[in-house]
Amino acid sequence: MKYFLLVASSLRRKKLRTALTMLSVAVAFLLFGVLAILKQSLTAGIDVADASRIIVRHRVSIIQTLPAAYEARMERLSGVADAMHLTWFNGIYQDPKNFFGNFPVKPEEFFSMYPEYVMPEEEKAAWQRTRNGAVVGRQLADRFGWKVGDRIPLVSPIWPNKSGGAWEFEVVGILDGAKKSTDLSGFYFRYDYFDEGRTYGEGQVGWYSVRIKDPREAAAVARAIDEEFANSYAETKAEPEGAFIQGWAQQIGDIGAIVTAIVGAVFFTILLVAGNTMAQAVRERTEEIGVLKAMGYSNGLVLGVVLAESFLIAGLAGGAGLGFAWVMTLGGSPVPAMLPVFYLPGRELVVGAGLVFVLGFLAGILPALQAMRLQIAVALRRQA
Amino acid sequence: MSTAPRNGVLVHIEGVDKTFRRGSEEIHVLSNLNLEVKAGEFLALMGPSGSGKSTLLNLIGGLDRATRGTVSIGGDRVDQMSDRELAGWRARHIGFVFQFYNLLPVLTAERNVELPLLLTHLSKAERRKHVETALHVVGLDHRTSAYPRTLSGGEQQRVGIARAIVTDPTILLCDEPTGDLDRKTGDEILSLLQALNRDQGKTIIMVTHDPHASHRASRTVYLNKGQLSAEAPE
Ligand SMILES: Nc1ncnc2c1ncn2[C@@H]1O[C@H](COP(=O)(O)OP(=O)(O)OP(=O)(O)O)[C@@H](O)[C@H]1O
Ligand SMILES: [Mg+2]
Repeated sequence: MKYFLLVASSLRRKKLRTALTMLSVAVAFLLFGVLAILKQSLTAGIDVADASRIIVRHRVSIIQTLPAAYEARMERLSGVADAMHLTWFNGIYQDPKNFFGNFPVKPEEFFSMYPEYVMPEEEKAAWQRTRNGAVVGRQLADRFGWKVGDRIPLVSPIWPNKSGGAWEFEVVGILDGAKKSTDLSGFYFRYDYFDEGRTYGEGQVGWYSVRIKDPREAAAVARAIDEEFANSYAETKAEPEGAFIQGWAQQIGDIGAIVTAIVGAVFFTILLVAGNTMAQAVRERTEEIGVLKAMGYSNGLVLGVVLAESFLIAGLAGGAGLGFAWVMTLGGSPVPAMLPVFYLPGRELVVGAGLVFVLGFLAGILPALQAMRLQIAVALRRQA
Repeated sequence: MSTAPRNGVLVHIEGVDKTFRRGSEEIHVLSNLNLEVKAGEFLALMGPSGSGKSTLLNLIGGLDRATRGTVSIGGDRVDQMSDRELAGWRARHIGFVFQFYNLLPVLTAERNVELPLLLTHLSKAERRKHVETALHVVGLDHRTSAYPRTLSGGEQQRVGIARAIVTDPTILLCDEPTGDLDRKTGDEILSLLQALNRDQGKTIIMVTHDPHASHRASRTVYLNKGQLSAEAPE
């Protein structure tokens, strides 16, 4: 630690050059952080996908509806613990730009189907009591400043209300997540209120979420469900929740691979920049290194001092970049409708820290070895 | 290995050759050179440019290795030490003073002087005490936190000397310490070296081109054609 000043003071040598190098390293790690956030955001659904849930939709497409009566038939199948239906309501709040997902569900089954959602018992009871009651994710509530008791009108172009006007909902509860990656951007209301209010399609629902008894039997149960409804007018396609969401994710490309490719290219570029800076810094200091050795600094110590300098640059700048990316997430998602889950996962921070370390080492090791091997007499002769 | 001088002889060099290779050409800089320096001497080393004065100083200070021969300092066989041993030995026994001061520009005077002490086991407080003393000895009490670029040449060389003596080394090796200074400032530096030799009994070996400077030494030797002599060559 007593050598810290010696190491740190080197950063003041060529201030502009050091600043520019550190800026490029910081920007690279900021980019890494932002990409990690995006990746997490876009694949959050896959993370939260519960292996014990499968999704059952119309065989032709998800837009096609299924009879609500399928619920009881599925629950009779062995291996099925519970089935609950959801429907795409497409309700619009004031302006189509205020997009968020909203779904009619059965309150009495909702929380056992989705244990990742937590809500106070009294709010759950209020939902049971209130016909037009709706529960909203914490993030969505914050986005529009909704509180329990607020009345929310939604207009659905798919499902007009018999009254001819907007659907009126009353917020009765706010959903929190059991995990950080829980999607809290949804709006859920009672199916019975929806079914009575709509002008057509009574008894038709969008898709089913099915909880199974043993996750290892997911494939078999899915097959049994599809067989149950084979040759009916509404055949089904059942698949594990993860596969369902992943299928969607794959449509926008293999995010992980794209992120890795970008980060890899940036990292390599920054490595060249930082490595060049270090090499230049050591070359300029040939005499100084000779003097340190003349004083009795061993080759190993000189190696350590130069390497420490590289680590310091990488650490300060990389830390700043990652830190800035993290700070960005503190305010929540800037586009909650598109990216409801918005945070820098801890494991990506660990990967980032690892990359900082690797960068510090790779950029510094060659110059450090060069400094270590420097012959004192030769180094000191350069100026004479 | 002991550092106790035998018969008062501190530096004992015998039959030393030093050959540099430049491509296929061999340059014989020192050949069968002998030198004895007693503890407490102030030796001036003179000779034409390129005669090998710096080379000899480097051999004594363990910065370079002789091609052949014995280099023994206070009984330590410098020519037989490993690089690692040499580094530790230099830290304990040698203080270097350079023509161009060679201070680290990013460190203050006191931090420059502290550099050799970082290699010791001294505590921070002890290091500060030693640094203060060394800067006091060279007469720079008032500029301790100045950066080298804000100091005059003479002041920078004082910092360089403080850095060389702060560990209380056995020998001070000075390579043209006044070579970059005007006459008056150079004289002040020479007086300082003389005082260190006289008052603290420091053994000093100083390379110089300046006969005026060599008069301050207790003895002068001349290097010419790879050999030393007590007389100036014709
Ligand atoms: N590392 C080296 N490689 C090749 N030749 C060298 C090396 N070091 C010194 N020499 C040669 O050895 C000779 C003596 O050099 P040295 O620096 O010891 O001379 P000097 O007496 O100190 O000269 P000056 O008074 O100019 O400082 C010179 O010819 C020099 O070119
Ligand atoms: Mg010389």
